[in-house]
Amino acid sequence: MQEITGLMVKRAKELLEAGEVQRVIGWTTGDFCYDVTPAVFTKAEDLEEGKFVYNSFCGSNLSKYLIQTLRNDINAVNTAKAMAARKGENPDDIPGPGKTLVFLKPCDTYSFNQLLTEHRIDKSLVYVIGVACRGMADIEKIKLMGASGITKVIDAGDKLEVKTIYGDKSFDKKDVLLEKCACCKGKEHKYADEVIDPEPLPEGEGKGPMDRMAGVTMLEEMTAEERYAFWNDQLSRCIKCYACRNACPACTCMKCVFDNPRSGVDSKANVTEFEEKMYHIIRAFHVAGRCTDCGECSRVCPQGIPLHLLNRKFIKDINEFYGDYQAGEAEGQRAPLVNFDAENDVEPSIVNEKGGN
Amino acid sequence: MSEALVPHVAIVTEIRTETPDVKTFRLEAKDGGKLFEHMPGQCAMLSIPGIGEGMFSITSSPTQGDFKECSIKRCGLLTEALHALEVGDEITIRGPLGKPFPVDTEFKGKNLLFIAGGIGVAPLHSVINYCRAHREDYGTIDILYGSRSMDDLVDFKEMKEEWEPEDGLNLYLTIDRPQEGWEGHVDFVPTYLKELAFAPDKVAIICGPPIMIKFVLANLLEMGFEKTQVYTTLELKMKCGIGKCGRCNIGTKYVCKDGPVFRFDEIDELPNEY
Amino acid sequence: MKKIALSKLNELFAAIAKDTELHLPVNFKGETVFKKWTEGDNYAKDSLKTVKSPKDLFFPQNENISNFRKEGNKFIIDPVELPKSGIVVFGVRGCDEQSFRVLDNVFLAEPVDTFYEARRKNSVIITAACTKPSESCFCKTFGIDPTDPAGDVTTWIVDDNMFFAVKTEKGEAFLAKYADIFTEAEEDDTYRVENVKYLANQIFAKLPLADLTTEGWGGDKTDEKFDDPKWQDLSTACLGCGTCTFVCPTCQCYDIRDYNTGNQIQRSRCWDSCMYKDFTMCAHGTARPTQKERYRQRFMHKLVYYPANNDGMFSCVGCGRCVDKCPVQTNIVKVIKAFGGDKK
Repeated sequence: MQEITGLMVKRAKELLEAGEVQRVIGWTTGDFCYDVTPAVFTKAEDLEEGKFVYNSFCGSNLSKYLIQTLRNDINAVNTAKAMAARKGENPDDIPGPGKTLVFLKPCDTYSFNQLLTEHRIDKSLVYVIGVACRGMADIEKIKLMGASGITKVIDAGDKLEVKTIYGDKSFDKKDVLLEKCACCKGKEHKYADEVIDPEPLPEGEGKGPMDRMAGVTMLEEMTAEERYAFWNDQLSRCIKCYACRNACPACTCMKCVFDNPRSGVDSKANVTEFEEKMYHIIRAFHVAGRCTDCGECSRVCPQGIPLHLLNRKFIKDINEFYGDYQAGEAEGQRAPLVNFDAENDVEPSIVNEKGGN
Repeated sequence: MSEALVPHVAIVTEIRTETPDVKTFRLEAKDGGKLFEHMPGQCAMLSIPGIGEGMFSITSSPTQGDFKECSIKRCGLLTEALHALEVGDEITIRGPLGKPFPVDTEFKGKNLLFIAGGIGVAPLHSVINYCRAHREDYGTIDILYGSRSMDDLVDFKEMKEEWEPEDGLNLYLTIDRPQEGWEGHVDFVPTYLKELAFAPDKVAIICGPPIMIKFVLANLLEMGFEKTQVYTTLELKMKCGIGKCGRCNIGTKYVCKDGPVFRFDEIDELPNEY
Repeated sequence: MKKIALSKLNELFAAIAKDTELHLPVNFKGETVFKKWTEGDNYAKDSLKTVKSPKDLFFPQNENISNFRKEGNKFIIDPVELPKSGIVVFGVRGCDEQSFRVLDNVFLAEPVDTFYEARRKNSVIITAACTKPSESCFCKTFGIDPTDPAGDVTTWIVDDNMFFAVKTEKGEAFLAKYADIFTEAEEDDTYRVENVKYLANQIFAKLPLADLTTEGWGGDKTDEKFDDPKWQDLSTACLGCGTCTFVCPTCQCYDIRDYNTGNQIQRSRCWDSCMYKDFTMCAHGTARPTQKERYRQRFMHKLVYYPANNDGMFSCVGCGRCVDKCPVQTNIVKVIKAFGGDKK
């Protein structure tokens, strides 16, 4: 990790200093190595190793941050232009926002493509450096496996050495992967202006050790009552913090229906048992066919609810009914749910025959 | 029962259409008597259950009778529903909330200058009528009121017919742009204020859109007023009205409980977030 | 000091539960939560902190405060009964105990929130001393002694026994009520408890956040902190979700919402978060248009505004839940440190 971080810092500094990018979206850390926060760097001198980090806890998907960052930059330029015009100056003399450098892991590039497809970000304002990823660790799992009082985590190849005030522990990285990494789609970047990968894996290698659809299959094998009980148990723990929605790169509405008092469904707490289910189910429907399965929803849930299972059920159904489809695989894809084809598309009766329920 | 959060039922006994988007509602207790005691500047939470609850200035003066009146501009979900009410309909009300203007202390014996813009006249209306009812307690009353157009002057009839003829009360009306049928003054409130060049021997009470307040204050200071002579009311989103729900918090103050009436030297101490 | 064998705890719980609702941390559906004790529940004595704080025992996430029925153009208000008074909360950590007092300052100030008051007034708080803190703990920064927390009764576990020390009159009466379940602690036991406290303090001194201080914060710091450019950087990553607020034991902002069931309109008071963009949104806009202002509000409130109105008491208790749970790891510790609140 040390090596790749050094390369990332070097490249980011070069691009900033050359004026090719105006800002860099990456990660920084706090007190415990694992408390990694997305951050925007605008000065080369801030990009020191230690301040800029890339370690096994950089699970967060930076694609989502592009939306707000680019919007802020464009707004700033527009304001400056308006001010110039008011002062009688030529607004065209105001420089544009310039490019934003973003570091994306392979799975994050799916979200990036999807955002391009949906016109949520302007490609010409972004410079994407794809960074190699061998799976990110889940600090919750590490804590559950008995590490408390953590003072430092050292990335040591396939192992994580965890220093704690109660003694040191060592974990096999494969045992503490984030769920999304255990089911990794692959190590290939689906979009990048350049890639930093000092030790590339042979093609096709690097997929997660777990079957991505195992959880869905388990749910499908349940009876309707069992499945209802499962979701009831899980979703009743929802505290309506909206972390899943706010972290989700597919949730890009300017005003969410759940924040809109005119929608009649806006709420911050569940008055009835039905509300938390409604929220999650509607959200799953809304991102169906657009969800790239980046796993952020489950990663950020403070209550540990396996929200990704709802999305994966949709993915599985879409694959079965319309043929394999991976959202974000490429820019400009026509998603099955918005691409009706009278010749070949499935009719509701066929859904029934194929066992949809 | 949490007295503070549970409202009373009030009945709408009169509705006056003031402007195309402002209506004044008279509210009375269902079984007669007073809903509650209030002083000028205080507010009430009005609600149509099922739609929501919102904080409004009480525009009537306690000297006018047992009823409460609120002038309400249609601009959101709740106010749309309020505008759809008819006489005889019921709503809920709780109050009084907030601190009133210091009508019986700091205003007493002083010359008063009221400056309002648009619906900003609502919180001042109550003070003006209170002072008119206790006329001997106050010096001259100057009222400078402006709106976008003639049709947007709230309480126009009452001002012209009841207020203007009174001795020691001067009414200055203005509208933003010339309009057919309007023979009065045309200009923005802050500019007209400068033109009127009031002597700074008064207490000024201002309310209106934030941009108007900003320029009016600047002009008052230029005219020799001290910030301790100038009062206004702040308005932020509120839910509880009793300083607990956290919404109207500015720095160490809660507008609903510590305001809505503030003197400008007090506002100076607040962070710029209102 | 009284004493009871750990193996007899369930007997004590059963006796309490016969008289009063008893809430305590138990392992439930894979996490530790404060739960109403029923036969078969075991006290999660080794668990340090619950995911959500126990504040919802006194200030539930959602609470019906009044009901309305509409008949024609008339409204009928159906009063909601006040909650049953008095519960016993067992196994409260020092941080959470202090959070109740932070909430008291808000809800019991005039005009009193009678719902909160009804729950809180006759409740007994039995605290549990901490011996094995985690890296995110920093309660000592806020003047809490986690090895000897306040409360009505304080408990320590030494080997197979639990020791109970009375802290208030309410606690005294409570222990007296169940006197026959306890035995009197011996002189030796006092030393053993002191030893547990001593060892725990050794550990607390080694915590990574042991040197965190509130220096530079307090009621008079509005002007100094409010316009600081650091808020922009600190808030960049903030997702604007409500996780920190909802896991926080002292966050007390709420919303009031109406819900039409078809038969009646239920008015509820529910948790809200100043991190949400619609928190201060009104018809004419909002005074906090970007996440920077919202983020700043949450921390200025805890570290400046609240202390200004409450004799210097901070409205953070250092429980570290936000440190553990923020999806993007931006939290109050990072804020305090960014402004130099670190002795190191």
